[in-house]
Amino acid sequence: MTAGRCTAALLAAVLVCGLTCASTAAAEEAITEEYESISNANEHVQAQDDYARSQKRREITEHDDDQNEPPPSSSSSSSSSSSSSSSPPSKDYFKEELVIRPLSSGDIYASFQFQTRWDTDFFAPGKKVSHYRLFPKSLGQLMSKFSVREMHVSFTQGYWRTMQWGQPFLPAPPGAELWVWFQDSVADVDGAWKELTNVLSGIFCASLNFIDSTNTVEPTASFKPLGVGNVTHQRFLRYAVLPREIVCTENLTPWKKLLPCGSKAGLAVLMKSEKLFHSSFLSLAVHIRPVCQDWGCKGTAWELRQTVNVVFDLHTTGQGKREWSFFKMFSRTLTEACPLATSSKVYIDVTDNPQGELFELNPAAPSLTQAVVLGDRRTYAVYDLMASGTFGLLRSLNVLLRWKTPGNFSTQVDMLRPLLHGERYVAGYGLQTGEIHTLIYNNHPYRAFPVLLLDIVPWYLRLYIHTLTVTSKSRENKPSYIHYQPSKDRLRPHLLEMLIQLPPNSVTEVTVQFERALLKWTEYTPDPNHGFYVGSSVISALVPSVVAMDTIFPESSYFVRVYTEPLLVNLPTPDFSMPYNVICLTCTVVAVGYGSLYNLLTRTFQVEEPSPGVVKRLANMIRYLRGVPLL
Amino acid sequence: MGLLSDPNRRRALTNLLTRLNTPLCIVCYLAGVAWFMGLAFEPFTLRTYMSENAMGSTMVEERFLAGERALVTAREFAAQKKKMGGMPVDWLVKAMQARGLEVFTQSFSRTLPFPDENKERYMVHGTNVYGILRAPRAPRTEALVLSAPCTPGSSNNQAVGLLLGLAQYFRGQMYWAKDIIFLVNEHDLIGMQAWLEGYHHTNTTGMSWTPLEGRGGSIQAALSLELSSDIITSLDLVLEGLNGQLPNLDLANLFYAFCQKIGVLCTIQGKLQRNDWDSAAGYSQAVQTMLLMVLKQASGRPWGDHGLFLRYHIEAASIRGINSFRQYKTDLTTVGKLLEGMFRKLNNLLERLHQSYFFYLLPSLSRFVSIGYYMPAFGLLAAILLLLVGMREPFGPGVLSVLTPLIISHLTGVALYTLPIMAQQTAVEHFPVSETEAVVLTAIAIYTAGLALPHNTHRVLSGEGTEEGWRVLKLIAIFYMAVLLGCTALINFSLGFILALTLVPVAAFITPHVPRVLSALVMVLLSPGSTLLFSIFVYQELQEAPITLLEGWNLFLSVISQGILDHNLYGSLVYPLISLLVYPCWLLLWNILFWK
Repeated sequence: MTAGRCTAALLAAVLVCGLTCASTAAAEEAITEEYESISNANEHVQAQDDYARSQKRREITEHDDDQNEPPPSSSSSSSSSSSSSSSPPSKDYFKEELVIRPLSSGDIYASFQFQTRWDTDFFAPGKKVSHYRLFPKSLGQLMSKFSVREMHVSFTQGYWRTMQWGQPFLPAPPGAELWVWFQDSVADVDGAWKELTNVLSGIFCASLNFIDSTNTVEPTASFKPLGVGNVTHQRFLRYAVLPREIVCTENLTPWKKLLPCGSKAGLAVLMKSEKLFHSSFLSLAVHIRPVCQDWGCKGTAWELRQTVNVVFDLHTTGQGKREWSFFKMFSRTLTEACPLATSSKVYIDVTDNPQGELFELNPAAPSLTQAVVLGDRRTYAVYDLMASGTFGLLRSLNVLLRWKTPGNFSTQVDMLRPLLHGERYVAGYGLQTGEIHTLIYNNHPYRAFPVLLLDIVPWYLRLYIHTLTVTSKSRENKPSYIHYQPSKDRLRPHLLEMLIQLPPNSVTEVTVQFERALLKWTEYTPDPNHGFYVGSSVISALVPSVVAMDTIFPESSYFVRVYTEPLLVNLPTPDFSMPYNVICLTCTVVAVGYGSLYNLLTRTFQVEEPSPGVVKRLANMIRYLRGVPLL
Repeated sequence: MGLLSDPNRRRALTNLLTRLNTPLCIVCYLAGVAWFMGLAFEPFTLRTYMSENAMGSTMVEERFLAGERALVTAREFAAQKKKMGGMPVDWLVKAMQARGLEVFTQSFSRTLPFPDENKERYMVHGTNVYGILRAPRAPRTEALVLSAPCTPGSSNNQAVGLLLGLAQYFRGQMYWAKDIIFLVNEHDLIGMQAWLEGYHHTNTTGMSWTPLEGRGGSIQAALSLELSSDIITSLDLVLEGLNGQLPNLDLANLFYAFCQKIGVLCTIQGKLQRNDWDSAAGYSQAVQTMLLMVLKQASGRPWGDHGLFLRYHIEAASIRGINSFRQYKTDLTTVGKLLEGMFRKLNNLLERLHQSYFFYLLPSLSRFVSIGYYMPAFGLLAAILLLLVGMREPFGPGVLSVLTPLIISHLTGVALYTLPIMAQQTAVEHFPVSETEAVVLTAIAIYTAGLALPHNTHRVLSGEGTEEGWRVLKLIAIFYMAVLLGCTALINFSLGFILALTLVPVAAFITPHVPRVLSALVMVLLSPGSTLLFSIFVYQELQEAPITLLEGWNLFLSVISQGILDHNLYGSLVYPLISLLVYPCWLLLWNILFWK
């Protein structure tokens, strides 16, 4: 038990450390806080030991994790400081990059990243930031008005297929996801959250205004701040997912408008919506976080990262030919870098193709670079758009990938076995009860590692939490940390967070039964027979690195977040197609049938005397007045 | 209601009902039967129409052209199947992978309670292979299923070929908003049951299977394909599922609409629709089609692989290719186009199919009888029971005396339900019969023995069978029957109606004072077992495959064994319903006849 708790503390600590940029203060705070919440006071000595270890691990993971995103960010901090040293005091710069990776399934994964950094402080007392250059004003104003410390929003169409595509650079759940850390100066977090979601809804033309208390949670451990800062209490965190949100061009257009060059120049030219949406997966995201200005971390800077991750399907768009070019993918070519950018590069993953035997690139890449991404060492061909030679004589860059193995896809590769992945489904039939199964796979041959599972279930599925079971290798697996917040009808969802140790090479199954609630008739959606969505569960983990298997970094691991598929659950639904008939029929049956039957059953009947004549009545009246018995 | 609250008039009404009881009962019965037969008359029925807007207005354009290639695949599959002597799992996995699907397999095994002599299987081991085409536009929340059974011998290869051809074609399209699961199931219904149980992680029948590894969310609709020839003359639609459940009528409408559009002959119950409704032949055709549907529905068994989906609230139908001697031939490309169109329409669905009827009878594919029209036929029969109850005098003591017949007949029912399977070993040891025969013959033996049971044990309690005693028993039996038939008809109209047709007359005429031998003969002829026998002859007659008495008897035996198997394998409820409730109810009436 103690061991489990320590792992919990350690993992949480490492999660925090691995993700913060450089702030030791934040890490310390997080560790102690997590530690307090999970372990007892008398285990203090051991915790300090843990702390020392986690400190050590932090240094390693930091090194790794900087490359968690597409490779160039590893070199970002050094190159940026030199290139933008001549700008005015509150300096800002903009970098853009595109990473293309041919996936083993034959699909093409393209990941755009636009990074804007601004060395300013939105919250400096007495100083209002009003002059914006590269940083979008709409977002800056939003940050200062609502005292937002960190904001992550993503819109995703389709589902990332881990089994076929491996890990994405930036994971995102289907639909819309929004999580925000507020400054600790915010008194009314719920109010700020509500206003913020409404404003964001306007900015991105999305249904984020449907976020309310029934789908908002405050996760305790799964979502830690990614930037510098000293607030880690979940009181200032809000997390919500809208699995039903449909992503369309109306979301892409405002997203593109946030870029300094819009879609006029630079890599954003490639983002033609009809092509982007003709894909197997598309995820738009905006991430804002405070980062250190320099290595000493004297002041904070704001970092805005806008990303687009898209996977193109060869089968449906390639007409059976295994050949790719910018023009085929995006129906555009590159002609120039964004003039405002300090760096503009295209990377193509050629790891599987070191000698050019699988495919060839045309034009050939001027340079190669190596980076460790997601625990794996990758080789990239680099095209620098700032260099004049890149565009050639035609003044346009149209990178062409041509596979040397001819023909079609008859040689399909088997599915990948990513080290960590998850699946979820609803078991059972009928409209009364059901069971949610979550499967978590650890495919590492010999390493066990802990994962944090976060489940948010709407209130109309009433979880029977006593039926919660966690089994690995057909044996009970006791979670070392469980945080469960029961739902309140029409007010808040269920929140379940667990820290589970996954044995090596195993499948861990988490099951919990639920009952389907009968909603009030106004609470049904306009399409009640479609079903109701339950958002993806989130699995966060530090996964042992593939590089580590080469025993270079024996301890190293990298942070992975995996989202399972959302669920579609049918609730008992009245027949809305003929409410009028039903109401009329019911009312008639109740009024006529029941009323008179009840009447017949309870009344006593007797034969009525024939009514007396006028004379008799008169006589009786007189007798009544006299006080003698009536006739 | 003024009629009832006025005692004088109430008395007059009661008198009238009592006096005219017998004629009223007869009129009700005849009216019920006449109403039922009238249901198939075209002017009385409604034309089918598409209720679901998402499938209605936009006709899709079909572009599937690879029918010839599907035939080549089918031949290859046939060769592989022959080589393996069963389902070529590896070949199928490779074939599906080559078409860009995510492929998974599931193996299952099941030992039947006794050997199935029709299909010659006892210990069943098999593997299902399915490939999922992931929809680019949806996060694995919804799915559609296209299945084809892999049957032994040379049948159904074309279905698998077409399934693979469609998989390849569908994979190249961008518009899918629901995952499409292509399933090839072994051992037809047993494999399907294993797959469905695995998909929904339930275990209702005690089968063992390996868990599924890939899923596509909640299944919205399923089609099962059966094709055994390269060209077909018509397509037959099979709707009847487990326990008489039917898919939403819109699924049938969809099939009919596409058959009309593409120009394929379509049938239901193997009967082509006739245009001359006003001629005797046209009417007779409609009646035959409807009667076939009623008989199939009443049997409660799944009449195709789709039948098991209905339990999970998945709308499903089987499409069966028929190659007869007609002139007009259709090739596989056309069938593929039809399926493409249907799947594209189903893909457009925003909600589950729910707009149209779930309770209906089909006298032809373009005409339907809704629940509001056919229920009065049953209502008229059930009214007889109410009239009979109204005739009884209120009863006093002596309720206790009917307790023993009640208990005894129900114990007989329990014996009929449990003993045949439990006692098969003993029977096989002592008699020269096979297991299957042992089960069936034990069932028949218990059924017959039930007639000879000492039903007059009530005399032990109350001394002697009184006049009042049998009246009380009859009242209880009639109430029992009314509730039983009413509930059955709500769930499975056909079964309820057929049972009412035979049991209600028995309930009406039976007293201890009628001529005993003759009445006993009539009662046996109208017992549930004989009803089954008659139904078999009628069914064969309607199928235009008349049989001799001996063949009928053999078929009767095999149908009983199938009924018991259906209950054990798929959870069909007809056998327990008959043995635990209907048969004891009938025994109560039998008891009255021999009341002393």
